[in-house]
Amino acid sequence: MSVSVGTPVRVLQMDPPGHHRTPRFVRGKEGVVIGLAGRMPDAERLAYGGRGPDQPVWRVRFRQTTLWPDYAGDPRDTVVLDLYEHWLEPRR
Amino acid sequence: MQRIHDVGGLPAGPVDRSPHDYAPWEKKVDAIMRLMIGANLFTLDEMRRTIEELGPGAYEELSYYQRWIQAAANLALEKGLVTPSELGQAIETAKARHAEAASCP
Amino acid sequence: MTHAHDGHEHEHGHDGHGHGGHAHPHPRQPDIEDAPLTWHMALTEAMAELIVQKGLCTPADIHRTLEKIDAASPAAGSRLVARAWLDPDFRARLLQDVNAAAGELGIDAGGIPIRAVADTPDRHNVIVCTLCSCYPRFLLGGSPDWYKSKAYRARVVREPRAVLAEFGLHLPDGMQIEVHDSTAELRYLVVPVRPSGTEGWSEDQLAAIVTRDCLIGTALPVVA
Repeated sequence: MSVSVGTPVRVLQMDPPGHHRTPRFVRGKEGVVIGLAGRMPDAERLAYGGRGPDQPVWRVRFRQTTLWPDYAGDPRDTVVLDLYEHWLEPRR
Repeated sequence: MQRIHDVGGLPAGPVDRSPHDYAPWEKKVDAIMRLMIGANLFTLDEMRRTIEELGPGAYEELSYYQRWIQAAANLALEKGLVTPSELGQAIETAKARHAEAASCP
Repeated sequence: MTHAHDGHEHEHGHDGHGHGGHAHPHPRQPDIEDAPLTWHMALTEAMAELIVQKGLCTPADIHRTLEKIDAASPAAGSRLVARAWLDPDFRARLLQDVNAAAGELGIDAGGIPIRAVADTPDRHNVIVCTLCSCYPRFLLGGSPDWYKSKAYRARVVREPRAVLAEFGLHLPDGMQIEVHDSTAELRYLVVPVRPSGTEGWSEDQLAAIVTRDCLIGTALPVVA
């Protein structure tokens, strides 16, 4: 697993119970890493009183047309989310 | 897995842009939260999780700060910072104080 | 953390509400006292009371925090943008690190990192938090209700143009939109393009046209 700026990624398609910070609308979708948001404590542990090591959080850009097949705006329109690395897999 | 707070892309009506001045009690909720997080007694993610756990009804029936104070109380209970009967007594005290203040000329 | 609860009468004077019989030790607050006390309002009072009683914070902490909440306003964000329009070096520093750049102007941007996203002539930025209500409140003050509403959060990531049009912002064809969803511990602030017709303006004049909504991306600065 190696993610860096410019890496094309896919967000894992999974639906766990509990608190996490990956919205439904990007799960299973493909985007590109545009920057490092920072190394942050894992929200999934913090939510239950834990801590654990800091995790890389990447800024991932998605084309609107990949998120919504019926997207009506400019095909170049995008959405950027800050996603924990453990929700991302590189795609080829 | 239903995640009621996860609304990105869901169908919804027009955005209601009516202005709203925060009521004093709403600011107090905010202050309580900030202090608890600032003192490392709560994390923001514990607060988010506790709000999410209020369930779908809370989103439909409660206002924003009603959800926050309810979640803050639940989290304080969960962490053993307060007990239900302490909260119950303090609520009765607040009601009595309000009734007394309202009856003063 | 354990704090013994004495279970006895305790001081109520910390927030100006006393049990002083008819002495009425606090200034009358008609807005509060004449309104019915809802259960959630009583719960809020109870929580404030208990956290003080248990030594988790002091009445002064609560007072100071309320003052801070009242003091925060979009003026801080507007000033950062106005300065960035006037000073290219400051702009570069703002885009690099908002919290540090704010510090240069004596503005406390808080402990959560804020990222400035700069509009260009062909790309417009808009911010949202689809999962909750993350907002750069240290620089913008309390968020408007609509920012926290399901309608805004649900729709602006899927039909940003329609939502912006409801706000009266009609972006020209050829203008690309980038929506920033604050899903982690990063907050966003939009730096709009300086409008033409503002040549020679002072920082104060410029700051006055950078409204809260300009900093969220749901409006553009307007030159009257």
